[in-house]
Amino acid sequence: MLNRRTLLKSFCWSLALAQAKPWNFSGAAESGEELRIWDQHSHLGSVPGDTPEERMALLVKCMDRMGVERLILSQGYSADQHPNPAEQFRLENDRVMRAVKAFPDRAYGSVYLTPALRDFSMQELNRCMRDGPMVMIGEVEAEARCNVPEMDPIAEWAAANEVVILQHEWLKTGGNEPGESSPFDVIELARRHPKLQIVCAHTGGNWEPAIRAIRDTRNVYAGLAGSDPTSGFVEMAVRELGAERVIYGSDVGGRSFASQIAKVEGANIPESDKKLILGGNLRRLLTPMLRRKGYKV
Amino acid sequence: MIIDTNVYLSRWPFRHLEGDEPAKLVAKLRKRNVVEAWAGSFDGMLHRDLASVNIRLAQDCRTYGQGILVPFGSVNPKLPDWREDVRRCQEEHKMPGIRLHPNYHGYSLDDPLFAELLKLATARRLIVQLALCMEDVRTQPALMRVPAVDITPLAEVVKTTPDLRLELLNCTSNISVEQYRAALAAADVSAEISMVDGIAGLARLVQEIPLQRVLFGSYYPFFYFESALFKMQESGLDEASQKAICEDNARRLMGPAANATL
Repeated sequence: MLNRRTLLKSFCWSLALAQAKPWNFSGAAESGEELRIWDQHSHLGSVPGDTPEERMALLVKCMDRMGVERLILSQGYSADQHPNPAEQFRLENDRVMRAVKAFPDRAYGSVYLTPALRDFSMQELNRCMRDGPMVMIGEVEAEARCNVPEMDPIAEWAAANEVVILQHEWLKTGGNEPGESSPFDVIELARRHPKLQIVCAHTGGNWEPAIRAIRDTRNVYAGLAGSDPTSGFVEMAVRELGAERVIYGSDVGGRSFASQIAKVEGANIPESDKKLILGGNLRRLLTPMLRRKGYKV
Repeated sequence: MIIDTNVYLSRWPFRHLEGDEPAKLVAKLRKRNVVEAWAGSFDGMLHRDLASVNIRLAQDCRTYGQGILVPFGSVNPKLPDWREDVRRCQEEHKMPGIRLHPNYHGYSLDDPLFAELLKLATARRLIVQLALCMEDVRTQPALMRVPAVDITPLAEVVKTTPDLRLELLNCTSNISVEQYRAALAAADVSAEISMVDGIAGLARLVQEIPLQRVLFGSYYPFFYFESALFKMQESGLDEASQKAICEDNARRLMGPAANATL
């Protein structure tokens, strides 16, 4: 694993640029500690390559350049926003498991399912997580909003097994797509299941109203992934929610590690908060499942 | 060393930005080793007294710039006597270029006024920066939704203006690669990287368009500055390519004559 010093050297194409220390998490560098970036939100989609292994290999190359230690990978790489039920979900989960198997020290898998196919989804949970290698649920995205009653058995299973759910949601100006969740749907589900830990994948995209919306529902977390790196996002999230409820993710391959890590590194917040957001919080949430499976935390 | 071709001064109308005080902005840029930053004004989007916008921009660049801020004035060809704004930008404020916001000023790129503006700017040896969007349409305030500029007519328009130097800012992914490629092939058109995203997006961009036309742009302070910087790192480009994007290509676009006046 690269440390920050190595990363800095890797970007020293000129002495002047090296002196500017473009990539230096100052607090960690000063203390000599290694910053461990874990990315909660990544996909194989939009990544060049013909197989899951080839796509994952490119992701690992970019992870090394950016100092990302580990990914939570989900959804495979179909571009279909409305996957053909059952077979397509199963295929995408298989693709993720192949990619993780090829790079077991760099990624964990997260199971793709939908409340629109409740019985199938419960079977897939058992196949991929209870009996398989996956450690998280989501990004749940397709076909139905997350406040539907069919989501309850999935949420109950997650709460009972201390498993985190990554839930796609947006709060688009002009309205969401049919079946697309909003932060308000996430809150509704979270309030029905107070022991559930659930992450808003995009914190609305429109993060100012979304942060306000989730503020009082303490089992809901703000995910940073998959939106433009607009200044102020992380500062507001930390101010209103506390750093413990803010979680870095990138949404690669449609986004880059660069633009999404920049939200944290560019934010005017304490270094200790950056460490929580870039990995500490996720490791804390995943610890029960990782320990049960005998994985490294 | 970095030449950042896309920063803004003044206030974003809908949000406080950490770097919207010019002294803070310059401190941040210097910390990140920016030696020159081409600065427009957020006021240029919505204000109608653009002459005063440009006066303030030039003053702020002089007062706070510490030699690195280079003003690019705003021009709106839909305003009466806009040609006088072009003249003042060049003759009075000694600006090397102008920055346009067609989607906020209500004209399309096949409007004859746009073609005339390009010709006038070129005759005065001004660089033209064309901002294609200012914010993801999905996150804009509901009362002010502004779609990205439609660049379909651009390739034809730029062909009619020999010696034009044009830079596209905020190259949103809502516009297709084919459209960008057509525009860049038609004349001396460049593009900056602030809105280029996707895994190793920059490395993939330089496979799509000539490296010599790609410039560093952060869109700071609307975006976190580090976004553009880290894209260089994620790209895995060799040192010569990184230097071309961060410095050499901007110097070529600016040209020796204009450099000498700064």
